Amino acid sequence: MKFQLTYKLFGRSAVLVEWPATISKDIIQDIISFDRQVKKIASVLDTIIAYNSLLIRYQNLIGDNDVIISQLKNIYAASSHLMKEDQFLWQIPVCYHPSFGIDLEEIANKKKCSEADIVRLHTEGDYLVYFIGFQPGFLYLGGLHQNLHVPRKSNPRIRVDAGSVGIGGSQTGIYPQNSSGGWNIIGKSPLNFFNMKASNPCFAKPGDCIQFVAVDLHTFYQIEKEVANQKFKIKKSLL
Amino acid sequence: MIEVLHPGIYCSIQDHGRFGYAKMGIPQAGYMDTYAAKMANALLKNHERAALIEITFGQGKFKFISDTYICITGGDFSPKINEKLIKMQSVYPIKKDSVLSFGKRVYGARVYLSVYGGIRTESVYGSKSYFKGITQQTLVKGDMLPILPIQENTENSFSRVRVSEKHFRTMYLPCIKGPEFSKLNKEQQLRLFAPFTVSDHNNRVGYRLKECLENNLPSILTSAVMPGTVQLTPSGKCIILLQDCQVTGGYSRILQLSETAIARISQKISGDKIQFRLEENL
Repeated sequence: MKFQLTYKLFGRSAVLVEWPATISKDIIQDIISFDRQVKKIASVLDTIIAYNSLLIRYQNLIGDNDVIISQLKNIYAASSHLMKEDQFLWQIPVCYHPSFGIDLEEIANKKKCSEADIVRLHTEGDYLVYFIGFQPGFLYLGGLHQNLHVPRKSNPRIRVDAGSVGIGGSQTGIYPQNSSGGWNIIGKSPLNFFNMKASNPCFAKPGDCIQFVAVDLHTFYQIEKEVANQKFKIKKSLL
Repeated sequence: MIEVLHPGIYCSIQDHGRFGYAKMGIPQAGYMDTYAAKMANALLKNHERAALIEITFGQGKFKFISDTYICITGGDFSPKINEKLIKMQSVYPIKKDSVLSFGKRVYGARVYLSVYGGIRTESVYGSKSYFKGITQQTLVKGDMLPILPIQENTENSFSRVRVSEKHFRTMYLPCIKGPEFSKLNKEQQLRLFAPFTVSDHNNRVGYRLKECLENNLPSILTSAVMPGTVQLTPSGKCIILLQDCQVTGGYSRILQLSETAIARISQKISGDKIQFRLEENL
């Protein structure tokens, strides 16, 4: 499926390509495949994928933007989805024990349901990885169940532990590093979402999916140990 | 080696930055004042991307454990070798055990210390630039920074250049329209090109400006940003994103600073006035 794209010069050495302003699986897949083609251009320095846009940064100042933009248009017109990179569904263990899920009770009260209901809903669906931003290794995920939408906390916490799983508005995600944060924390994953020791520090990529799998405290600590020893293998299956 | 005797408030190793890793959410980082950093490397005949030390507000003290050549550029904070004032933008031979310190501020905010051959710390994802989570965040007391030994035949011209005064004094920041600029109304556009004041919230991630712009723009779907992007927040504050900024953001991107403008703003301090100036769009 081809979309109507707009091309804007962004600064003197980058072009911003925009898709229709909606969050959709078709759009992100189209962006991912366009990005793969664009990266082959020798003068491209880096690209940034987001929900409905692709920023293409060039090594040098853009001399003639008409030339650059028509080159991009030709690549888009010629690109096909047939040469897709393998995409995976990753199983992410999460412990929803109240010692980690510090906001579970509050959300359950707000939603007039049990904490178990929240865990069930959160682990039920697959979440699409749209892109990675905010912090190294932070996955922008789509697919949070409507009944789990909760506004961000009015007072952000000074410190949220790395691995904490949160809900902020209509989004859910995992904090890859210790940081301050305003999301409602419902659990913690023992995995490392930005592992400098691994050849690929960030296992998931745009277009992959993840699934949260509830684990108990005992399993959490066991996996945490294996992760620390670089022994844990995240379960994945081809999409 | 260079020993960090005093790490100041924010000293870090920086080169031209980290590219190709935005897909993992890794920011660009790199030296803030490209003009000063490249000049320091050029005077020492280093590669323009050689790593150097970025010293915020001239606060820091360094001891040279081996002979080398140095050059100081950027903000002038009265640099001294063994308590004796040295000149900015000049190459100096340095004897082992010499100590570099700073004094009174003359102008600017960020000082660059370049050494012969560049600082030889570890490269992570194609860059030596410090960024929290990728490398250490700042220099700490006792850090030993590897440098190249000088060879018998190391020649240096002891060249010196005059720095462009305009770089440090001017309030004008050349920029072009950002992706959401056209959503601003006439009044907002008019205000945008009047002077602003740099607030107390300024660092390597970005500079917040004091004055507000009336903001009725709808928020955008999170999209790419880069150093030099001027964001308009829902409260009407403008934020100029700089080298350590995130790779994506959800605020309207109203302007994009030129490389020259980024270098200029990085030498500004709280209370300084700035004014955006639109370069003709291509």
